[in-house]
Amino acid sequence: MNGVNYSDLFFTTLPETILEVVSLLVLVVDLGLLRKSAQSTRMAVACTLGVLGSAFAILWLLVHPQAPSVADAALVATPLVAAAQIGILILTALVFLLSTKAKFSRNPGEFSAIVLLGTTGMMLVAAARDLLVIFVALELLSLSLYVLTAFAKSVAQSADAALKYYLFGGMSAALMLFGFSYLYGLTGTTSLSGIAKSLATQGVTPLLVVALVLVAAGLGFKVAAVPFHLWAPDTYQGAPAPVAALIASGSKVASFAVLIALTGGFITSSAYAQGSTWVVLLVWMAAGSIVLGNLGALVQTSVRRLLAYSAIAHAGYMLLGIAAHTEQSGAAVLYYALTYALTTVGAFGVIAIVERGAGSDRLDAFAGLSRRNPLLAGTMLIFLLSLAGIPPLVVFWAKFNLFAAVLRSPSASHWGLGLVATALGASAVSLYYYLQVLKRVYVLKPIETEPMPISTIELATLLFIALAVVLLGIFPGLLSAWIPLG
Amino acid sequence: MLAYTIYLSFAGALVLAVLPRAWARSARVFALLVALCGLAVGLAAYVSAGTQGSVAVADVAWVPAMGIHYTLAADGISRVLVLLTGLAAVAGILFSWNIGDKEGDRANEFFAFFLALIGGVYGVFLSVDLFLLFVFYEIAIVPKYFLIAIWGSTRREYGAMKLALYSFAGSAMVLIGLLAAYATAGSHTMNLHALAQYPFPVSFQMWAFPLVFTGFAILAGMWPFHTWAPTGHVAAPTAASMLLAGVVMKLGAYGCLRVAMTLFPHGLDPWGFSFLGINSWRTAFALFAVIGIIYGAAVALVQNDFKFVIGYSSVSHMGLVLLGLLTLTQIGLDGAVLQMFSHGILAGLLFATVGRIVYERTHTRDLGLLSKLQLGKAMPFAAWLFVIAGMASMGLPGFSGFVAEVQVLIGAWRAFPWFAVVAGVGIVVGVAYTWRAMQRAFFSDLPALDTNGNAVPVPEYEPVTWAEKAGVILLAGTSLLIGLYPRLLLDVIAPAVQALPHALLTGGRP
Repeated sequence: MNGVNYSDLFFTTLPETILEVVSLLVLVVDLGLLRKSAQSTRMAVACTLGVLGSAFAILWLLVHPQAPSVADAALVATPLVAAAQIGILILTALVFLLSTKAKFSRNPGEFSAIVLLGTTGMMLVAAARDLLVIFVALELLSLSLYVLTAFAKSVAQSADAALKYYLFGGMSAALMLFGFSYLYGLTGTTSLSGIAKSLATQGVTPLLVVALVLVAAGLGFKVAAVPFHLWAPDTYQGAPAPVAALIASGSKVASFAVLIALTGGFITSSAYAQGSTWVVLLVWMAAGSIVLGNLGALVQTSVRRLLAYSAIAHAGYMLLGIAAHTEQSGAAVLYYALTYALTTVGAFGVIAIVERGAGSDRLDAFAGLSRRNPLLAGTMLIFLLSLAGIPPLVVFWAKFNLFAAVLRSPSASHWGLGLVATALGASAVSLYYYLQVLKRVYVLKPIETEPMPISTIELATLLFIALAVVLLGIFPGLLSAWIPLG
Repeated sequence: MLAYTIYLSFAGALVLAVLPRAWARSARVFALLVALCGLAVGLAAYVSAGTQGSVAVADVAWVPAMGIHYTLAADGISRVLVLLTGLAAVAGILFSWNIGDKEGDRANEFFAFFLALIGGVYGVFLSVDLFLLFVFYEIAIVPKYFLIAIWGSTRREYGAMKLALYSFAGSAMVLIGLLAAYATAGSHTMNLHALAQYPFPVSFQMWAFPLVFTGFAILAGMWPFHTWAPTGHVAAPTAASMLLAGVVMKLGAYGCLRVAMTLFPHGLDPWGFSFLGINSWRTAFALFAVIGIIYGAAVALVQNDFKFVIGYSSVSHMGLVLLGLLTLTQIGLDGAVLQMFSHGILAGLLFATVGRIVYERTHTRDLGLLSKLQLGKAMPFAAWLFVIAGMASMGLPGFSGFVAEVQVLIGAWRAFPWFAVVAGVGIVVGVAYTWRAMQRAFFSDLPALDTNGNAVPVPEYEPVTWAEKAGVILLAGTSLLIGLYPRLLLDVIAPAVQALPHALLTGGRP
């Protein structure tokens, strides 16, 4: 890492810097100026500042999608990375918008600041092309999420979930770092392009296999892939709803972005690609996630846990795209991750409102929602059908595009069709559990009949997300300026 | 012009979804108007296109990077089925006219889901781009679930979920085949005609054909994947049963012909070996179709629930459609398409009689109970209606069913003589179950005695409403018209069948 050009570094990381500055600003405003104000005002201000910070960073990225890479391409700024970063920022802004009325915390300033720090981590993860930077950025992201998970201090479940998340996460981070150290030992470099060059001339050694397995364990944890998924249901259930939304959305996008980059580093020459250890690992993780995720979701009675298992299944679908490792499949995974994340944020937004109104996230709490709040029910219908992959909603396109890319990949010729068939079969199963929720929402009679209260800003945000899910589904070309389809 | 059938239905569904709940009565009037407009558009297009070939409707690049276009066109088969959809939609709404009378009927939602389903069905029949076809096909699944689960009767949640999962599993199979075909052909087009030109390897077609065919045939009620159909039909509210049997099952048969058989004609070729006399997928599926004909009819013969009789009869009649498709002869395919139309009309009529006219008044569908109600005297309209519909359905000359069944049987006789014989037996059993149901429900000679042995007076029921009469005239009139002058449809169907890919009509022969 010699010869860092500091002005390049500054411009490349300006969006992240904006977030850092805003996160400090939030603390100053909240703890300095608003200490005497009402709790709700403080939360509203903190969230508004968070939205503004994200908006500024998005604006900068829109104007400068391609900045110079810094320090031997430790951080890159390509249009695809910019797309991932813009997506992450939009997701964060949506999470802020949905948290404005949240009451889980007495420390709005800290909440907003840590969310912004976590987002900074996600953006760095998406751009990093160096093992060290990847690790540091992932830790920034993970540590923020551990703290956020425990943020509902009066709820025992929240602390429980955070501890579980932290122990699993700490362990897997250690494994990943161990794997990185082997990789460094094998190749003598931490830059992904350097690793790619060096590995292309080496054969498969036991040490390399160990290193790859360890890295897969670390990242498998981040994306909640089987067999590193055990934390997900508990964390999704225990964390405050906006935090769960963040874990399920932005964090996923960032982790998949780094998986795409790492895969590009591990597999370069086509001779090495056939049956490479890394692909085998990914394919097995994908198959396990698809099957276990969908089966696990069938028996859930908590909607949050249900979404957690469905997230495991979706991670499995995306891992197939990573394992296919063509340029199109990488873009397809990113498209999938972003659209899936958008839909999930919406679904968690609805869950948060139902929890506030009905006191729980159990399936029965959703009974008769269509009569208690038709608009809220309508948005939930759109989100869940999108997750189930029903056209013309956006996740359907993402799925089609992803699976077509997998089938086209020359290196996936001997497993592609079988696994795509498994994935499609499993998504037929998934309709069952999404319909279990929608059955409550539309079919069953409500236990209580008074309308479910919802604030204007929450309703507007949810309608915006629902509209985006529908419009992007009907006009999938809208995103293709950022992420090429097909 | 035909594209407006789709747009009108979806726009109508959207309007109904946001209409205030208090406007339930306006909702059904509005829905009827939308459906009538759709029927008018379909009829106008049918008349104006005459016997000409495929009519282009729309072609816009949708996702150019993936080679996906918004391409709609209508050949004779599509135009006939669009007409059927229009008729079924109008009749379905007429027979749902009681929804919205009571508080809490959720009439707006009902008609919104109804029109969304209709829009999806129109879309499938008109799509030329396979991706578009699949999108419409899936759009049609979700409203079915809600229509049955919310407004249904017997075991409605079970029936609705079973139907949704069967449909979705079928569409997953279709999607696997389509994705594989798309990727194999270089993923730059999803146009049906362009893909049909692509020489897929025979080994590829040999697995893709059965996969896609089965996927669609699940929705067509092919034995042994038919079990969703009776439970779904019985659970559904009348209008939904009419649509399920009337048009949704046709989606499956249409997909079999339009997608599976057109894209992968060599999947019908002989395997090169024979197992129990079955030497190709064509014979295997024809066997399933024949089993469906016999099995559906035999099971209908012993049902005690009036609606189950009609539900299983649908399985039997759809078996004839599939058999007709697999004959791969001009006359067999003509008959299959005509049978789709005819069964769509007649199944609608039968479900309307049983589910709406009889059940809404007697509140029972048990044939044992019905036989004590002297319905022949109490409801002469319903009784005579069932006689007419039943006769038409069992294939009485003069009604549409006869022409269609004869053609299918002639085609089958040329292709699989033994299957034709067995299918003929199935039609005879059809006479038996119709007769039995008719006799038990309407013309029972059980003495009407109460527990003390005194004669019970003939019960009085609400009079038949104008909406019911209008629906009956529409459906029965259509069936009679087609039965008396089948060339109205056949002249349009025959050129379209002739224009099917050559490989399809000569397929199955070495």
